[in-house]
Amino acid sequence: MTVNKINSAKDLVDFRRIIIEKKDPLEPIIAVNVSTCSVALGALKVLETLKKELEKSGIKEKIRIKEVGCAGLCEQGPMVIIYPDEVYYFRIKPEDVPEIISKTIKRKQIIERLLYQDPATGKRVSHLDEIPSYKHQLKLLTKNNGKIDPKKIEDYISVNGYTALSKALFEMQPEQIIEQIKTSNLRGRGGGGFPTGIKWETTRNAKDDPKYVIVNCDEGDPGAFMDRSLLEDNPHSILEGLIIGAYAIGAYEGYIYVREEYPIAAENVFIAITQAKDYGLLGKKIMGSNFNFDVKVQRGAGAFVSGESSALMTAIEGKIGEPRPKYVHTAVKGLWGKPTCLNNVKTWATIPLIIIKGGDWLKSIGTEGSSGTAIFSLVGKIKNTGLVEVPMGITLRNLIYKIGGGVKDDKKFKAVQTGGPSGGFIPEKYLDLQVDFDELDRVGSMMGSGGLVVIDEDNCMVDSARYFVDFLLEESCGKCIPCREGLRVLSKTLGNICEGKGEHDDIGTVEDIALTMENASLCALGTTATNPVLTSLKYFREEWDQHIKDKRCIAKACKSLTDYYIDPKECQACLICLRECPTKAIEGEKDQVHWINQEKCEKCGICYEVCKFDAVKKLSGEPIPSKPANGMKPIRKGVKQ
Amino acid sequence: MKTLTLKIDGKEIEAEEDMTILEAAEKLGIQIPTLCHHKKLEPYGACRICSVEIETRGKSRIVAACCYPVKNDLNVTTRSPKIDKIRKTILELAAVTAGEDAMGEMRKLASEYNADLSHLRSKTPIEPTKCILCGLCVRRCIEATWDSVIGFIGRGTKRQITLYPEKASICTICDYCHDVCPTGKITSTGPDPPFPQIDDILAGRE
Repeated sequence: MTVNKINSAKDLVDFRRIIIEKKDPLEPIIAVNVSTCSVALGALKVLETLKKELEKSGIKEKIRIKEVGCAGLCEQGPMVIIYPDEVYYFRIKPEDVPEIISKTIKRKQIIERLLYQDPATGKRVSHLDEIPSYKHQLKLLTKNNGKIDPKKIEDYISVNGYTALSKALFEMQPEQIIEQIKTSNLRGRGGGGFPTGIKWETTRNAKDDPKYVIVNCDEGDPGAFMDRSLLEDNPHSILEGLIIGAYAIGAYEGYIYVREEYPIAAENVFIAITQAKDYGLLGKKIMGSNFNFDVKVQRGAGAFVSGESSALMTAIEGKIGEPRPKYVHTAVKGLWGKPTCLNNVKTWATIPLIIIKGGDWLKSIGTEGSSGTAIFSLVGKIKNTGLVEVPMGITLRNLIYKIGGGVKDDKKFKAVQTGGPSGGFIPEKYLDLQVDFDELDRVGSMMGSGGLVVIDEDNCMVDSARYFVDFLLEESCGKCIPCREGLRVLSKTLGNICEGKGEHDDIGTVEDIALTMENASLCALGTTATNPVLTSLKYFREEWDQHIKDKRCIAKACKSLTDYYIDPKECQACLICLRECPTKAIEGEKDQVHWINQEKCEKCGICYEVCKFDAVKKLSGEPIPSKPANGMKPIRKGVKQ
Repeated sequence: MKTLTLKIDGKEIEAEEDMTILEAAEKLGIQIPTLCHHKKLEPYGACRICSVEIETRGKSRIVAACCYPVKNDLNVTTRSPKIDKIRKTILELAAVTAGEDAMGEMRKLASEYNADLSHLRSKTPIEPTKCILCGLCVRRCIEATWDSVIGFIGRGTKRQITLYPEKASICTICDYCHDVCPTGKITSTGPDPPFPQIDDILAGRE
């Protein structure tokens, strides 16, 4: 295809009109979600089957297959959308494809069982906006995810893409752009929450050249995947924001740093760059203006700490990704020692919206201190997992119960962790807290990159803190003593407490180390690493004391402190646990209640999982009742439903 | 060069704008402890023992004096119960790898800050390496040989210093790393450099 370069604002408008005119609103299209989450659930096989089946049924020419991104219901993939009626099908398997073609495509019949089912009510709905969890969301950045083909610039242009760039280049001065960003109150979405406009201005005013702009997509938090999703499913929106930023700041070169684990995101953004260049939206004399800007994709090498801005820049320079002291901001002295403006994927993606709608518009959304929306990935013990976009200031309760559908299996809520592995645990009493940068900080957690992990009564808070300390210990670069050795000692101490080897002075030791780490570590990995530990201590102190003094884990999650025991009154002598036990620790026979020999038991929990009668109990910090008389007969009961 | 005025421990001082707090304090005769710092090398900010408290515009925070550039109206406190506690903990943490019988500057500072070098070590018993990974030898080596013979390998607690095999033959021409080592780990480079070979580390022999 020969491509006509877009050489003016009018060219873009004309080009968009042609794309839209060519579109037939009644064209039958089958859209398949091929982003990472759906691919992991088998989307490529669905796509392949679809192509084959369309060929077989002889309607290949009449139906267009479109590859799209994720609409946020990651766990419900693979997702397939049937146009023009916009019917959303979820959890599609290759064997569903012939039925979709014969019923929905040929006869316009909706297949009930493939529709989205609300976990709370069991009701099925065919359109995305009928899904209950969607109603409380405000989709600004993720609006087009799942609708456009991320590999086609025409799709992005058709939904007003690159209009903001056109406005910025031809109707605004760089200073005016920065003024709008400042007015909008946009704060860095990577988690730091630094005012974006001020960062841009600092880089612009820095007296050194050249200047650089960087997209940080080194999203390393376990359970966070919003940056990946945006870059994968709508790469042009980030690219457009970056080009506008470069123009405002006065940069001619930019980098998109994508972590190694995100191959589809890297591929899609690379395609986006190539297409933007072909159309004259990137490169020399962008859209016929005098502005030149080029961008490179830089792949990371799998280090969590490289998400820290100075470490990321060190990595781009080709050195080991280790943080540097940032007492002189990277906005003044960053990549290759030059002024560098680094922002998160979500920050860049917000820019085009601000340019089009104005800074005041974004400011009107959210709270006074934090404007706009936040994207959270809901994970852990929650019913609806996936990506959600909500206005800043939504309460944790609404986020977890209205959008997330509540705690999985209706267990009792214990805590929620926001902000990734270095975020704090927030207890139930703060569920009505309005989520924004300052409020989360106030209770000892943080916005971070937007991970949200729900923790229920089956999780131990000491063990949860230990888990995140261990993660950060693995990921610490090891450069500074407080972080490297502090995490090492914390990990060992918390491990001991969970194993019932805690000593009375352990809490004091933990507090001393935490004080040192949060004040004296070189970078934010170390200064924030203690959040899970300190909030666990602050809000769940009784669990720590129980572990240390009573050798008891109330959640019965710490293996060393938990014993398994079969209640003779409940056991139906079904032999299942007895057969499944890998260490042959269970004694008994048919028609005789079973008994766990504690000396042989390795506490793997298989008996607990397989028992159909809830006869296997967990005990912690209490004596195991004595063995029932030999040959005791079971007290008969029905199987639980 | 612009001259700036700031306060360190209540004393006013004029400093040049490219100075760090550490250098300005020295001008006043105020000693701030360091382990990873060397006057002739670029500041590195790894040991954090030089942590001091600064106050600007009513907000106070802890920074590393070796890296923090002086600013007008900065109010620096180099000793306080909080700073002493942090330094004591850093020394006790450093001892986890250095060992409770660490010598040199470590020993001196341990007695000054009342640090019990066996306290945290006893909670995490590992084979002492005598090394606190301050990086002085690595940075000194880059300057001495213009092309480092040694470097870091590994991340986090697996971080250690290794000899680059292809350059091993030129290690022994100087003794600079020995001169800067704050723990007495590097005795003398001699004919056998005191650094493990990269192959040994990768094979798990070190």
